[in-house]
Amino acid sequence: MKIVLTAKGKESSSPVDERFGRAEYFILYDDAAQTYSVINNPGQYENSGAGVKASQIVIDAGAEVVITGSLGPKAFMVLRDAGIRGYQNYSGTLEEMVAAFKEEKLQELLTPGEEVKTRGRS
Amino acid sequence: MKIAVLSGKGGTGKTTVSTNLAYAMGIDYVDFDVEEPNGHIFLKPRDLKESDVNIMTPVIDQDRCTLCNICVETCQFNALVNTGKRILVFEDLCHGCGACSLACPEKAISEYPRKIGVLFEGTYEKADFFSGRMALNEPMAGPIISEIKRRIPKGRDHIVDCSPGTSCNVVKGVDGADYAIMVTEPSVFGLHDLKLAVELVEEMDIPMGIIINRSNEYDPLIEDYAKDSNLRILGKIPFSKAAAKIYSEGKLLIEEPAIKEIFEGIKKQVLEEVDHAISHS
Repeated sequence: MKIVLTAKGKESSSPVDERFGRAEYFILYDDAAQTYSVINNPGQYENSGAGVKASQIVIDAGAEVVITGSLGPKAFMVLRDAGIRGYQNYSGTLEEMVAAFKEEKLQELLTPGEEVKTRGRS
Repeated sequence: MKIAVLSGKGGTGKTTVSTNLAYAMGIDYVDFDVEEPNGHIFLKPRDLKESDVNIMTPVIDQDRCTLCNICVETCQFNALVNTGKRILVFEDLCHGCGACSLACPEKAISEYPRKIGVLFEGTYEKADFFSGRMALNEPMAGPIISEIKRRIPKGRDHIVDCSPGTSCNVVKGVDGADYAIMVTEPSVFGLHDLKLAVELVEEMDIPMGIIINRSNEYDPLIEDYAKDSNLRILGKIPFSKAAAKIYSEGKLLIEEPAIKEIFEGIKKQVLEEVDHAISHS
């Protein structure tokens, strides 16, 4: 199973990022290989649609699970359509989140979080 | 003749200047502040004709779609996403550029007009009146401003009341103007944003002058800047209780004889400046 975690650094010991669309990094954890790999987040500074762009990255990475702070309405809808489950992180490192997930200690994100409104530019 | 009125800072008196000057000059008034239009309060236009402003928004024919992902990669606004099962469209992120439907190799994308706002055309006592308003929950002002622009008959003299700031929407308002009027107030904040607006108008190579609203009679903060920047001060509208009262009642300031005189002075100078600008362009 592959898991995408939102992170503030590139190491497995890095702290989690509670933001999804505007996370500093996405870290792909591959449970079979027990490896962590870094995916940059080009959507971090988007004017709008960062959550949608992030969702596409998660889908394209082949993940089944996302561990992050919360998912906005658009990201929630996209990930649900793709059959990807979201789980809520808490203050800690990526390794701690993976361990907590395996022990079924993380809460599943069953409702979308608040929409972060950004101004559309034209 | 097209005159653009802008300020940088919001709430400095763009609409006060635009409406009163349009009235004094007897020319068309155009409200480009479609996020918060208020020129109608003062000019009280009649026979307003309302029409919809739409942008073309994609619809995916899921039967034809092969999930090739080209549309998702083409969209610059993250309005399309490929969930592996279908392409989802987020309409509020779509700018209506049409690139996705052009790029689709399967011809699986059609477009339908989606309403993002309205525009109004009418007349006020002296000339024509144009304005627009964004629909609730719609974030895009640009296409509404462009549509109002298209409705203004060619060759009509008009004053454009721009939105605050120095965004794309302001650029759209100032674009094509013969002259720009920079409205400011004698405050540090007013001066700060005035400088940004002056920088924008200089970049667009349009001649400009300054009007000081809520003037304390002597406003060294603004006057020193104007002198240093070689910008003409076209007039000062006094910070007075009488002016505030007239404004709060939704009336034009030129109903007050003393202020009418000020606007007559501004009008004269603006006409001189515009003549000068046009003969030198």
